[in-house]
Amino acid sequence: MLAIRYGERFAGRMLFTPGDGQTNIFRPAGTSAHSIFGLSMLVLTITLCIFLVVASLLLYALLRYRHRASSPESEQEPAQIYGSTQIELSWTVIPVLIVVVLFLATARVILSSEQPHEPPGALDVIVIGHQFWWEYRYPKLGIVTANELHIPVSDPSHPTPTYLTMSSADTDHSFWVPRLAGKMDVIPNKINVMSLESQIPGLYLGQCAQYCGTQHAKMLLRVYVDTPANFAAWTSRQKQPALEDAAAAEGRTVFQLNACISCHTVQGTAATGRFGPDLTHLASRDTIASGAVINTAANIRAFVDNPAHFKPGALMPPMHLNEHDLDAVTAYLTTLK
Amino acid sequence: MATQTPTTAALDQARSRGQRPLWLETVHEWVTTVDHKRIGLMYIGYALFFLIVAGFEALLMRIQLAIPNNTFVSPQTFNRLFTMHGTTMVFFVGMPILFGFGNYLIPLMIGARDMAFPRLNAFSFWISAFGGLLLYFSYLGGDGLYGMGSAPDVGWFAYAPLTARVFSPGHSTDYWTLSLLLTGIGTIGTALNIVATTICLRCPGMKLNRMPLLVWIYLVTSLLAFVAIGPLTAAQIMLMLDRYAGAHFFDTQAGGSAVLWMHFFWIFGHPEVYILVLPAFAFANEIIPVFSRKAIFGYPAMVAATVGIGFISLSVWAHHMFTVGMGAWANTFFTFATMIISVPTGIKIFNWLATLWGGRIHFTVSMMFAVGFLFQFLIAGLTGIMLSVAPFDWQLGSSYFVVAHFHYVLVGAILFMLFSAFYYWYPKMTGRMLSEKLGKWHFWLFLIGFHLTFDLMHIPGMLGMPRRIYTYEADRGWAILNMLVSSGAVFQSIASLLFVWNLVHSYFKGAIAGSDPWDAWTLEWSTTSPPPPYNFAVIPTVSSRRPLWDLKHPEDADSNYEM
Repeated sequence: MLAIRYGERFAGRMLFTPGDGQTNIFRPAGTSAHSIFGLSMLVLTITLCIFLVVASLLLYALLRYRHRASSPESEQEPAQIYGSTQIELSWTVIPVLIVVVLFLATARVILSSEQPHEPPGALDVIVIGHQFWWEYRYPKLGIVTANELHIPVSDPSHPTPTYLTMSSADTDHSFWVPRLAGKMDVIPNKINVMSLESQIPGLYLGQCAQYCGTQHAKMLLRVYVDTPANFAAWTSRQKQPALEDAAAAEGRTVFQLNACISCHTVQGTAATGRFGPDLTHLASRDTIASGAVINTAANIRAFVDNPAHFKPGALMPPMHLNEHDLDAVTAYLTTLK
Repeated sequence: MATQTPTTAALDQARSRGQRPLWLETVHEWVTTVDHKRIGLMYIGYALFFLIVAGFEALLMRIQLAIPNNTFVSPQTFNRLFTMHGTTMVFFVGMPILFGFGNYLIPLMIGARDMAFPRLNAFSFWISAFGGLLLYFSYLGGDGLYGMGSAPDVGWFAYAPLTARVFSPGHSTDYWTLSLLLTGIGTIGTALNIVATTICLRCPGMKLNRMPLLVWIYLVTSLLAFVAIGPLTAAQIMLMLDRYAGAHFFDTQAGGSAVLWMHFFWIFGHPEVYILVLPAFAFANEIIPVFSRKAIFGYPAMVAATVGIGFISLSVWAHHMFTVGMGAWANTFFTFATMIISVPTGIKIFNWLATLWGGRIHFTVSMMFAVGFLFQFLIAGLTGIMLSVAPFDWQLGSSYFVVAHFHYVLVGAILFMLFSAFYYWYPKMTGRMLSEKLGKWHFWLFLIGFHLTFDLMHIPGMLGMPRRIYTYEADRGWAILNMLVSSGAVFQSIASLLFVWNLVHSYFKGAIAGSDPWDAWTLEWSTTSPPPPYNFAVIPTVSSRRPLWDLKHPEDADSNYEM
């Protein structure tokens, strides 16, 4: 029975949704990922050559010198050879030379990719890792959002990189969007910086890459590289305070009379908590629960009712609202465009 | 060989003539023993027990990861599984099994009657063993009064501040800390013992440059353990102070440093990798020459490479930290140090190759595992070079690529060489041969399982799958690979069961081994199998690296050629 149950799931979940490599490190779409890709091809070529040479020598020795019972001298011991300085010297010096080449190529990339200072024309974003979601603050634009990072596409003639200043509110996390850049750890009481730049608009996925607690697995990352027009539209909407929809007034009251406001912020209202994600423009996002599920009214309702439904171990407690209040809060949250 | 003197012959007869001992007497004898061989066997038995436990934990994790969004275990359970799996395999399988072989073989190989400090030896074993039991007791006592029991869930390297009391309430982390502290004491004790034994108890004629390579390597490993265990113990004490005495070493909320823990842990952690892998080299140095029927190629270079690896391994720890933002110069330095360690390691592989070259290679099961080791260690070394390239590590670090890489070392190299060592020395330890037929089944099934699991495991890492996640999204393209990886675990489990059956069955029914079944050359094969409590009736005298070769080929003795 178990086999059938899992078999069905296997077919349903995997075979019909083949991955398209949206987190493949060998499909770079960002400046930093590109330079790593170039170096990694060199490293792969060198290591593959070493493998082919050494493995074929090993294989040859094993076949050529295997014990043959039929051969006349099989009972005698072979000639004893204790070593050879020249040969040993050669297989010390050649690897040293390979290491030097590899090291110099690597050092060049390491030194060129360090960016202690903000590049000119960069967009500033502060990234704060939380158990188990991401907070993004755009200090120059006055925008605070969560889990879905929007950055402008960079034009080669007029580069607009995004400069991330990162730290954590609790445990260690790591920011990893493989197609855009290598990972950078997000560590409490330490500031790390990295630059994101892509010339191809689109959605780039990733996830937290440093074990940070129970729900480390569903601390997903979504980076939207927007065209200039889309990015301008997105920023202008995010700068607005929360929409006041009269139809959702009851839900707003429920929201404000419950513990919601101690952890969540909704700009322009009494909700100013900072422990959980900012909800001012919740409805403008594609997903909720840090990318765990898509943003639909049904999912919001289920999540508010009991976050463990999607994310067991999430720090938000089940809200214990009655059905009526649940509907009202869900209706309110879906108006926060 | 006439090793019996009238006195010892009388002693042996007196032992064998007595009544069959009571069950309790046997237990008492083992619990109170200070004989290095019995302590060695207890180390090995204890490690095999935990190998099965931690292997089972791995199997549960692979079932959970076989399909995306699986609910076979909860995230809490999964996090405990990988923490316990890692901690157990490193501290309660790897270390004790290697020390077990060392304890058993070193006195025999250098012609001594026991270790230098037999009582310290027993103490070290029992305190390490208690550490392991304490760790598993956390399943019952981990949360103390707070509720149901639970094991540690902070990962085997327990990064701060996840171990702080606010993120890790209850006592599970304390069990982890204390059990590692205890086993660290045992490790230091055994390391001290091995160093003293090799320095002081070598038989007449066994100069340092005639010592078997296995003993050389254990000497270097033990010296490394001195350096490495200290920082770990210090870090554990600091963590205890943080948790219970209001210190703030790693408490980031009060100005402590999370990165400080990483440095402490990896200053221990990377030498630790070499503490584990060097004994595998040690076994290869003894086994490959015997089954190639040739002396090891380049003995002095092998010693130099071992010492070189020992030194360099102390300066590579921060390659575990390329992504924590150490700055470009630190990354550059640790890239260089890590790359350069591949040179002495490469020398070893080439010398093994040259030992095979021109030999007459006998493919016993022991040798088959050793050949598997050679290829797999080569690949593990090459993926290690990829990871040493800091920018490549920014992508591959903390992903399944890293998991595949270090399992290639731990399973593909160390465990394969351990299996090889079992087939090679089991006859000495028990007086009976392991079944070669079962052994071939064990080898091929394990080989298939190993490659199915750990070859394919590199790929999800390159496709962006981070380690330590209890489940994953279905649309990432990792699912089919993970299913195949998990299916390999089944092969490995079956092969392991065959191995355990072989160990048990051959103990009673195996062919009688005799004192020298492999026609080998080092001193342990000159005494009976199993050796008497005093090892050698007369302490041997040697005049070369291969005393038994000299005895068997007086016309072509090694002592004529060695420098």
